[in-house]
Amino acid sequence: MEHITLLLGIVIVTALVFDFTNGFHDTANAMATTISTGAMRPKAAVAMSAVLNLVGAFLSVEVAKTISGGLINEDGLKTEVIFAALVGAILWNLLTWLVGLPSSSSHALFGGLIGAAVMSAGWSSVNGGTVVTKVLLPALAAPLVAGLAAMLATRLTFRINRNVDEKSTAKGYRAGQIASAGLVSLAHGTNDAQKTMGVITLALVTGGVLAPGSNPPMWVIVSAGVAIALGTYLGGWRIIRTMGKGLTDLTPPQGFAAQTSAATVILASSHLGFSLSTTQSCSGAVMGAGLGRKGGVVRWSTATRMFVAWGLTLPAAALVGAAAELLTKQGDWGVAATAVLLVGGSFAIWLRSRRSPVTHDNVNDVEPVQDEPSGIVTQAMASVAPPPTGAAVASEEADGSPLGSIPAQPGHSSATTEPAARPAKV
Amino acid sequence: MDIDWAALGSVFGVSLVVTVALVGFFTLGIVGLSKAASGDQGGGSGVAAKAGGYLCFALCAAAVAYGIYIIVA
Repeated sequence: MEHITLLLGIVIVTALVFDFTNGFHDTANAMATTISTGAMRPKAAVAMSAVLNLVGAFLSVEVAKTISGGLINEDGLKTEVIFAALVGAILWNLLTWLVGLPSSSSHALFGGLIGAAVMSAGWSSVNGGTVVTKVLLPALAAPLVAGLAAMLATRLTFRINRNVDEKSTAKGYRAGQIASAGLVSLAHGTNDAQKTMGVITLALVTGGVLAPGSNPPMWVIVSAGVAIALGTYLGGWRIIRTMGKGLTDLTPPQGFAAQTSAATVILASSHLGFSLSTTQSCSGAVMGAGLGRKGGVVRWSTATRMFVAWGLTLPAAALVGAAAELLTKQGDWGVAATAVLLVGGSFAIWLRSRRSPVTHDNVNDVEPVQDEPSGIVTQAMASVAPPPTGAAVASEEADGSPLGSIPAQPGHSSATTEPAARPAKV
Repeated sequence: MDIDWAALGSVFGVSLVVTVALVGFFTLGIVGLSKAASGDQGGGSGVAAKAGGYLCFALCAAAVAYGIYIIVA
């Protein structure tokens, strides 16, 4: 641990903070449906997820050799660039948590790295093709795969259990849901804690403490595992609420189908060499399960906000990362200023969140007032939106029949104002 | 920029099949056991339902074990 400069120390602490935000940001992936269907008490769910994340951090011996997976050229990457990238990723994670939207922590880290690297070494340091294959394409594929699988699985399970009393099956679904949520937690700990280990190891290598290509020291593995577990236990209740209650209403069979689909997609994709984002797979699975039940609806207004957040994750984190790198380039005072801004920004976001706290006590309390209008709206939207093809819509418009648009219009505006109104009420 | 369509395709296929199969078997297991518990009038069919239910759960447990193996390996 000797020869660690102040800058290196700051980077290590910042990486652990990112790991922590990664933990509470992604609790929802494993536990949102488990909590919303009542399969586990909220506190018990996050505790289990935290333990499994910690275990997962120690499970795999394969260490992330690159932190960006080839997105940027990591040769000669400076320590302060890593710092700037982490600042971008952390601030974006906190901001999306504040508004309760699930977004990929890895994409935030990639974005921060891209922004900081471009500011440091120019556009040539970014591999544009890899951005498409590693970020854009998976972002489209993940919700589709997981959503389709969850939808079909939901249909199937409702078909098989249609003659059976709901009460007698509830316990079984609960057990299944807990098992698949556990798998997701374990996989998350393995993947994401390793990402932080990779970042710290890379920083140690660039800082000259470790020889290139060396494995992370034990203290790095332990601290990364503990940071992600603590974050998970804290629980990103805002995101859990959105995923568990905001996107759709889930019954235990749906929760089970969604969670199983998410676990399968995550494991299959990482095993078959086409990594998909955990967050996007889980969100897609929840929506698919929502659509799979007869009369089930997806709140497209919430889903749209989530899609927008996904699209913004990379560029927004890149912008913050670039700005942070611009500052850290100025020398020691720039690094200090960036650190102060990071702490200040995080504190401001935390203060803002205190105005409408979401905790384990009220995570499942979503006002029925909000449910009713949005239920009608999304039903209307669900019945209008997917089936008509372009031609059908065009002919409807050509007819001049206002029937298609008028009922949707007021409903749509109430749907968009509804999520904004929700936090104020809590 | 080369997109690994084969990998993407296999992720699609494997995810769909495995998810649907797992959920299907698990539901069959639940239904089998609850039928065995409620329908004690049938005698032999109750035992069959119970055995089938446990078989389905065993398949699911094997899948979970394989999932853990993938994470560890």
